[in-house]
Amino acid sequence: MKITFPHMGNMHIAIKALMEGLKLEVVPPPPISKRTFELGIKNSPEFACMPLKINLGNFIEALENGADTIVMAGGWGPCRFGYYAQVERDILEDLGYKFKMIVLESPDSKVYDLTNQLKSLGENVSLWEAIKAIKYGWSKLNALELVERQFDYYLPRVWDKNRVEKINDEAAVKIDEAASKTEAQAAAMNAISEMRLLDLKLNQPLKVGLVGEIYTLLEPAANYDICRLLGRMDVEVSRSTYLSEWLNDHVMGGWVKKSNRKQLIAIAKPYLNYEVGGHGLETVGHTVNFARMKHDGIIQIGPLTCMPEIVAQSIIPSISEREGIPCMTLWFDELSGTAGLNTRLEAFADMIRRQKIRINNYMKEA
Amino acid sequence: MRVGIPRSLFYYYYYPLWKTFFQDLGAEVVTSDWTNRLTVEKGIESAVDEACFPIKVYYGHVRELCRKSIDYIFIPRLVSVEPRSYICPKFMGLPDMIKAALHDLPSVIDITIDISKTNKFLDRDIISVGNIFTNNKNRIKEAYHHGQYELRKCRELCKDDYNISEAIRIWDGEQLVLPSTYNLNIGVLGHGYSLYDQTISMNLIDRLRKMGCRVQVVETLDRNSIEVKAAEIPKRIFWTLGRKAFGSALFMEGQRDIDGIIYLACFGCGPDSMIGEIIERKIKSKPFMMITVDEHTGEAGMVTRLEAFCDMLARRRVAANEDYISTHG
Repeated sequence: MKITFPHMGNMHIAIKALMEGLKLEVVPPPPISKRTFELGIKNSPEFACMPLKINLGNFIEALENGADTIVMAGGWGPCRFGYYAQVERDILEDLGYKFKMIVLESPDSKVYDLTNQLKSLGENVSLWEAIKAIKYGWSKLNALELVERQFDYYLPRVWDKNRVEKINDEAAVKIDEAASKTEAQAAAMNAISEMRLLDLKLNQPLKVGLVGEIYTLLEPAANYDICRLLGRMDVEVSRSTYLSEWLNDHVMGGWVKKSNRKQLIAIAKPYLNYEVGGHGLETVGHTVNFARMKHDGIIQIGPLTCMPEIVAQSIIPSISEREGIPCMTLWFDELSGTAGLNTRLEAFADMIRRQKIRINNYMKEA
Repeated sequence: MRVGIPRSLFYYYYYPLWKTFFQDLGAEVVTSDWTNRLTVEKGIESAVDEACFPIKVYYGHVRELCRKSIDYIFIPRLVSVEPRSYICPKFMGLPDMIKAALHDLPSVIDITIDISKTNKFLDRDIISVGNIFTNNKNRIKEAYHHGQYELRKCRELCKDDYNISEAIRIWDGEQLVLPSTYNLNIGVLGHGYSLYDQTISMNLIDRLRKMGCRVQVVETLDRNSIEVKAAEIPKRIFWTLGRKAFGSALFMEGQRDIDGIIYLACFGCGPDSMIGEIIERKIKSKPFMMITVDEHTGEAGMVTRLEAFCDMLARRRVAANEDYISTHG
């Protein structure tokens, strides 16, 4: 059994570690490229949202590389994601691929469905080994995010942006190759101390909160690496979601790490009063949160036609007005072209920079 | 007291219930006009660009009602109308979206209807809505039951080939006669609020009837057989309307007297993008056409496609006796 799974940011590193711990052979899809997009777009329903198209491209490329089992997540709505696996399976079967698909989802009626799925994945290992594998994967994920957070901090502040990007990318490779928890942590610490040695600019960077749909947030290929684009414009990005937080809230029931999801829902209250599926409610909560944490602006991103994000987008103008923070929404689809994106980001950064100067001058006069 | 009900979205499914309920409690029910160019324009102006067409139209209806001197406007938050199923995320945030975009709203009655897990709260919420008009709990319950009765009565009309929109008009006292002769029989699927709205669907159903087609929709079919068919798919579809459309498509495929199936989708509709794809892949033995609409109305293109489809069906019918013709490619 050669297992593959869809890409989502650095998730493949953690999943690879987990699967190897479960003594399963993994064939991760090749990194997302232009070909991935092309394959996905060619074979997906035209109006499906972009994550489905990229997923499908990943699967096709992985199946070409010899994978024979696909592991995919599921869900019970109301967001489209819950039905991804079914549509993807139909498409791939119609294309003539032979494979087995394991969909991990909470059971609809029969509990044994889920236990069967989990058993089929971990048939070669004992429970103890399985727990160890999960811990191993989790530690790699944490090491990656540790580096990522520092990277987000240093990128807008340093002079040599290429260097800091290189350190970050190399750290990701090293963590992927690390054979143990301590090695992974050491790689992360090395990278961080290297970043600390770089020369910093004197002025404080602008601070922008990045909110929106999780796949678009976590997968650089889906957002044209918006975090780095902003970082290179001397804008510090506060990401609303990290993979470990999301896993903690939605898969592990919130008991691994301290979770702020409840507070987020509470502060979203006057604006949005009900769960809307996907990340709609979290987007609204994070927007209010970032506004109150004195960010200079907020950028919402999502795949075009994402239903929960459209609800959030409709509500964000009223948050912008009442909390007094500039907000912008960017939709991503398969039409690539970073020039337009760059122009919009530059204009937004210029606007909030000027507003900040104006407020500062006003404060000085008063 | 005057209560406004926008003539859009779930008007097409529950209007008789809501109207009876509010009237029994002594309120006067005001609806907006049928969707027209002006509604569409106003809606596009107020809604975000990325929202789907029916949602934009809803904004237009709400704005029209705001000018009609009403005391309350009824914007329910429809999360789920049956266990373990949803409508669509946009419906779940609708009252909040409207409140964020429009500022001179009358008081909003935004009851949350969510029976996906339990319908315990529904009764409580209905009473709290009724309390706006009366303190008599029994009267509220009676009004609600009367509403449900009227809704059932209205839905009975659909058995005679009327779609819900027409059934509601007949229930409201209008006279409607359908053409009694036809030479083609077509199944038409889609979300009711886009399909039965004559502006959104560009009058799809009436156009087909004028071309001599008998039109069957989800509501004219037998409910139980649809559910049986819908259960054939490995994973239960968790959108109420999507599941019904899928079940109907499979059911229609099995009916000998149905010549072809048309699916009307809205651009940007999440469920449509998935359900349309599944149906298209499953239906192999009947001609199937998917039409996507949005606010850039171009009736000519639609008419051409419908005519071509009907011509093809008619020819197929003649030829069917002689030889087999593939339905695709």
